[in-house]
Amino acid sequence: MTNLQMWTYAVVGTTFALYIFIAIKARASTTGEFYVAGKGVHPVLNGMATGADWMSAASFISMAGLIAFKGYDASVYLMGWTGGYCLLAMLLAPYLRKYGKFTVPEFIGDRFYSQTARVVAVICLIVASLTYVIGQMKGIGVAFSRFLEIPFNYGLFLGMGIVFIYAVLGGMKGVTYTQIAQYCVLIFAYTVPAIFISLQLTGVALPQLGLGSMMADGSGMHLLDKMDKTLLDLGFNAYTTQKGSTLNMFLLTMSLMIGTAGLPHVITRFFTVPKVKDARSSAGWALVFIAILYTTAPGVGAMARLNLINTIQADSAPLTDVQREAGDIIDTSQNLKIDALPAWFTNWEKTGLLKYEDKNGDGRIQYVGKNFKGVDANGDLIVNEMTKVDRDIMVLANPEIAQLPNWVIALVAAGGIAAALSTAAGLLLAISSAISHDIVKGIIAKDIDDKTELMAGRIAMAGAICVAGYLGLHPPGFAAQVVALAFGLAASSIFPALMMGIFAKRVNNVGAVLGMLAGLGTTLVYIFWFKGWFFIPGTAMAADNASNWILGISPGSFGAVGALINFVVAITVSSFTAPPPEHIQHLVEDIRIPMGSKDAVDH
Amino acid sequence: MSDAQKYWQANIRLVIGCLIVWFAVSFGAGILFVHQLNTIKFLGGYPLGFWFAQQGSIYTFVVLIFFYAWRMNQLDKKFNVSED
Repeated sequence: MTNLQMWTYAVVGTTFALYIFIAIKARASTTGEFYVAGKGVHPVLNGMATGADWMSAASFISMAGLIAFKGYDASVYLMGWTGGYCLLAMLLAPYLRKYGKFTVPEFIGDRFYSQTARVVAVICLIVASLTYVIGQMKGIGVAFSRFLEIPFNYGLFLGMGIVFIYAVLGGMKGVTYTQIAQYCVLIFAYTVPAIFISLQLTGVALPQLGLGSMMADGSGMHLLDKMDKTLLDLGFNAYTTQKGSTLNMFLLTMSLMIGTAGLPHVITRFFTVPKVKDARSSAGWALVFIAILYTTAPGVGAMARLNLINTIQADSAPLTDVQREAGDIIDTSQNLKIDALPAWFTNWEKTGLLKYEDKNGDGRIQYVGKNFKGVDANGDLIVNEMTKVDRDIMVLANPEIAQLPNWVIALVAAGGIAAALSTAAGLLLAISSAISHDIVKGIIAKDIDDKTELMAGRIAMAGAICVAGYLGLHPPGFAAQVVALAFGLAASSIFPALMMGIFAKRVNNVGAVLGMLAGLGTTLVYIFWFKGWFFIPGTAMAADNASNWILGISPGSFGAVGALINFVVAITVSSFTAPPPEHIQHLVEDIRIPMGSKDAVDH
Repeated sequence: MSDAQKYWQANIRLVIGCLIVWFAVSFGAGILFVHQLNTIKFLGGYPLGFWFAQQGSIYTFVVLIFFYAWRMNQLDKKFNVSED
């Protein structure tokens, strides 16, 4: 066993022991504890748990890479996935906490006095959460197979086993306290390498400031300035300037924001705090804990990309303005030799995340963009020889590229696993609560007692873990597309229904149901039209590119339009039909004031 | 107008005010006016529009939520609808 493997086993093993210890300490004995942790979670701790709940394997492993390769255009994810918390804090969380029930579909069903509305909400919740869970399961498997070099499926089973122990035993209570521990692991694992790398490149410890600082290499250039110029000289797009259309950036940011605010597993976290005012401040704390990672990620992305270029390019300094005017081209003839590759390069090549091909046979690697005009010794145009640089590499291999010690690399493994486990548990909890509380208790067997419902919750959780595990082992081919689907569903159906339930007293059952169906329907059709019906290859009605999109709106950005359709339909239909009955109007008035939420604690 | 209505109106005004700032720092500074703002350098080498898109908007969101929570607690007390 290598030194790195020993470190990895030690760090990952310690975190797992901690999760199991918490699971045993925090068992749930009532449905209140199983669904909402007895509504006794401190707002700061709930913020931390929400951070872990929200930040998935994608946030931890993929987001910095996305920024590294897309530059400014990736800002949509940074703003979209954080700005949603403002909407959550001001428009939903305090009121839903005041209502004091267990699940999101339950509020929709009660407020719109409609079993249909509740069922539509349950379906959206299950589809959105299941699609999301697939990615987490894959993330757990990848982390295990890469860092511990054990087969993908063993890693997955181990992850399922751990989630099984604390989620089935502890429900929301167990999940909450493990998420708090997982947040600490993941944020430590993310920021430590980032600080090291920022120090190496700029001499500034905080990546948030390092990204805007001067390079420490004595070139007298700002890091972002060097990025822009070197990338342009190598034939790539500039880093800080916009590539995509403004309309799409606008709509995608909006869709991600309202999708974030409408994701049930996040909303449910705010049911666990004691008071309405705790729900407000807890959303702020959640965003503090999320912002620590999200403001670090841009630094990690840019610095990792620069490190990658530095490794391959013998001299990564950009041309001077005079040279550029004279038509000079950056020299690639002294680049990284294929027979002298660094160890991390060959390690990651084995995983298939990194591939190269010496196309011009000069024994060196050229990493250039499609606008590169340079020619080699034979006078042939130099083309890109890094045939694959997976974006996940930017976080996973980052510590190795920067030559950080082994314990830091081991930490990244534990952090990736913590991020995936915590999000998976939150999603599975949302699914199992919807099944046991909304379907079993709400529709099928209304008069079961608390104990039976708790048992139903545990069985639903066990079932959900098995389904998620199966989907992780046999991921449907469309796994990459489904994130757009999850956000589209949450944005176009759940968020508008919840917001109108609180802010528009006049919206009635018919309006809400038709609004949800209209928003959901148009969004689904728009996504399927370009991605294929139910993502089945070959069934798309038109090629998925900007010239076919209506007004140039990409399928991933359509959720905001779907939400608008939902609002318009619901409000119009409601104005032509009977207003909601008296007791519903009182219900809305009651959730608008914080007073009296203590009664709800007893449920 | 009843106290409950006044409380609700004050709440709506506060939310609208906060959401204007929310919109201005992200959609405004980060997307719609990013080119104009990028001509200004900020905190060393950050183009200002780029900084808003990748850093500044997020910091503002955090401040906004705490400001909202603080103001709402004041309103709760003023209109006597607080839980404690």
